[in-house]
Amino acid sequence: MSTGTETVLAAPDAEVPPTVAGRVRKKLTSRTASAVSLVIALLWTVPTIGVLVSSIRPEDEIKSNGWWNFFANPQFTLENYEQVLFGSRSASGGLAGYFINSLVITIPSVLFPLAFCALAAYALAWTRFRGRDWIYIAIFALQIVPLQMALIPLLSFFNYGVSLGGVQLLPAWDLDGPAKFITVWFAHTCFALPLGIFLLHNFMAQLPGDLVEAARVDGASHAKIFRSVVLPLIVPALASFAIFQFLWVWNDLLVALIFAGGPKNAPLTVRLAELAGNRGNEWQRLTAAAFVSIIVPLAVFLSLQRYFVRGLLAGSVKG
Amino acid sequence: MNFDFTAEAPKLMMLLYGVIAFAAVVGLLLLVLDVLPARKDRWIALGLLAPAGLLLLVGLIVPAIRTMVLAFMNADSSEFVGLENFRWMFTDKNSGMLPDFSTDPVQYGVLLSTLLWVLLVPTVSTAVGLVYAVMVDRARFESFAKSLIFMPMAISFVGAGIIWKFVYEYRQEGSEQIGLLNQFVVALGGTPQQWLLDGPWNTLFLIVVLVWIQAGFSMVVLSAAIKAIPADIVEAAHIDGVTPWQMFWRVTIPSIRPALVVVLVTISIGTLKVFDIVRTMTGGQFGTSVVANEMYTYSFRADEKGKGAALAVLLFLFVIPIVIYQVRLMRRRRLEGAR
Repeated sequence: MSTGTETVLAAPDAEVPPTVAGRVRKKLTSRTASAVSLVIALLWTVPTIGVLVSSIRPEDEIKSNGWWNFFANPQFTLENYEQVLFGSRSASGGLAGYFINSLVITIPSVLFPLAFCALAAYALAWTRFRGRDWIYIAIFALQIVPLQMALIPLLSFFNYGVSLGGVQLLPAWDLDGPAKFITVWFAHTCFALPLGIFLLHNFMAQLPGDLVEAARVDGASHAKIFRSVVLPLIVPALASFAIFQFLWVWNDLLVALIFAGGPKNAPLTVRLAELAGNRGNEWQRLTAAAFVSIIVPLAVFLSLQRYFVRGLLAGSVKG
Repeated sequence: MNFDFTAEAPKLMMLLYGVIAFAAVVGLLLLVLDVLPARKDRWIALGLLAPAGLLLLVGLIVPAIRTMVLAFMNADSSEFVGLENFRWMFTDKNSGMLPDFSTDPVQYGVLLSTLLWVLLVPTVSTAVGLVYAVMVDRARFESFAKSLIFMPMAISFVGAGIIWKFVYEYRQEGSEQIGLLNQFVVALGGTPQQWLLDGPWNTLFLIVVLVWIQAGFSMVVLSAAIKAIPADIVEAAHIDGVTPWQMFWRVTIPSIRPALVVVLVTISIGTLKVFDIVRTMTGGQFGTSVVANEMYTYSFRADEKGKGAALAVLLFLFVIPIVIYQVRLMRRRRLEGAR
């Protein structure tokens, strides 16, 4: 299947409509088509442009007139960014710290599921054992179970450990300071597994069976086949899942709110939601802050869009 | 500039530990697999599945079962209360869950609001995505035009919430508007509105935000489906002299039906769990709350674990039919594949 955005078919419509009426009609429809798509395209981009433009306008300009006046009367400043990134926390600054938190949360939360999912997907696709299909179906079904179902018990698992009938089976995790990030990594890793295994399994199952069989006949172990035959072939799939997971973790609010704890470990999204609530009128800071949080996923997304689309199609159309 | 970079060092160390731990875990796993006797697939599979399986068990399956139990317990999970939490949800007038049409403006209540989200977001974003996919198909700049609609998918719900809050920003009548929507209204001779405060319409203005995010998803999937329609079908229709309108309804729509279903289902599931947008834009006030937001509030802010768990179970109940449908589909496909 073509991957959507990368396909630009060259010949628009080779045949010429036979009648004049047909030609007029065709022209009309293509004109409405252009108009409709232009309106949609504007609706989908203008709000973001508004925030970007506002973030580089001086405070009293933002607060006194609309951002569209920028084009008639351009006044440019980077002060908003300096304030939100490096200003004191009480003045809704300090975003640089939250930015680092976002990075520290996101990177391991992408790496761990990537490895575990690849291994599990390989087992489900290329080893033979009884009950394999049932395990696969169960993991597939877990994809749809709402995250909300796991939150309360998982938090108490971290905070109080596991006790059964008064006997403490597992201790509380008792983490504080930077070590608290571990619980966030753990939660994100668990929640990523069903979709990840499903996606990677789809790719792996499509690899030609002869390839794996031949390696088996040659006496290669599964570990070796995984490393030197399968892994190099599924790099695009790994990339698309990694992008998914990256966007998901970086943009997540719920998991971070519950597991990251106080401001020392919270990511950008948590801070941003807080600012939107407390300082909803300080648009000079809100717009700059919003853009700081958007810029990284946007860059990742735009540069790796091809892989993202491929993953999207594999995950949805075939599912 | 009073930002202290040295204060951030411990976090970066933590990141380093995380990455080292990752490398160690993966290395160890591969090493163990190498050493294991390669004869028996079963042991290899067990080794490969163990980390993921264990995490799924600890992080998802056991907690989900615990949540189902908690839904029948009281606020601090010390006492069994039967169906009390569900009775509260569906019959208690003060729970905020039920619609109240006697007030002005009418209160949708959490349950009806959530239903509104689940009905509107999938249909509208699929429609927009489909129309756009058809309109730009084979046009010049197609991939660029698609990127524009697709871009919001990279933006967090929180970020999108702020972007749209800015669009909806309200300034008193007479003073200059800074929100785009009110500027339009004023330019057309109307009076500016507090879009997010005034019920019952404010829910609709929140729904717009999720449509804005999800339309890109439906557009990409449907566009790929449209491109996969066999050329000879399109050709035959052309020769028969169908109008573009007929082409759309008689050829395009039937051919992409499976993709349409997938898009609708996927967006519905996502919409059911919407939380960030409501949290960021209104905090669930002014009659805009939804089930996922109440679930968070009761579980983690109000210390009402029983009610929170019951709300989570409610979300789960909504998706059970979809889970069953998907599993049946999947089994059929696996059986066909095996043949």
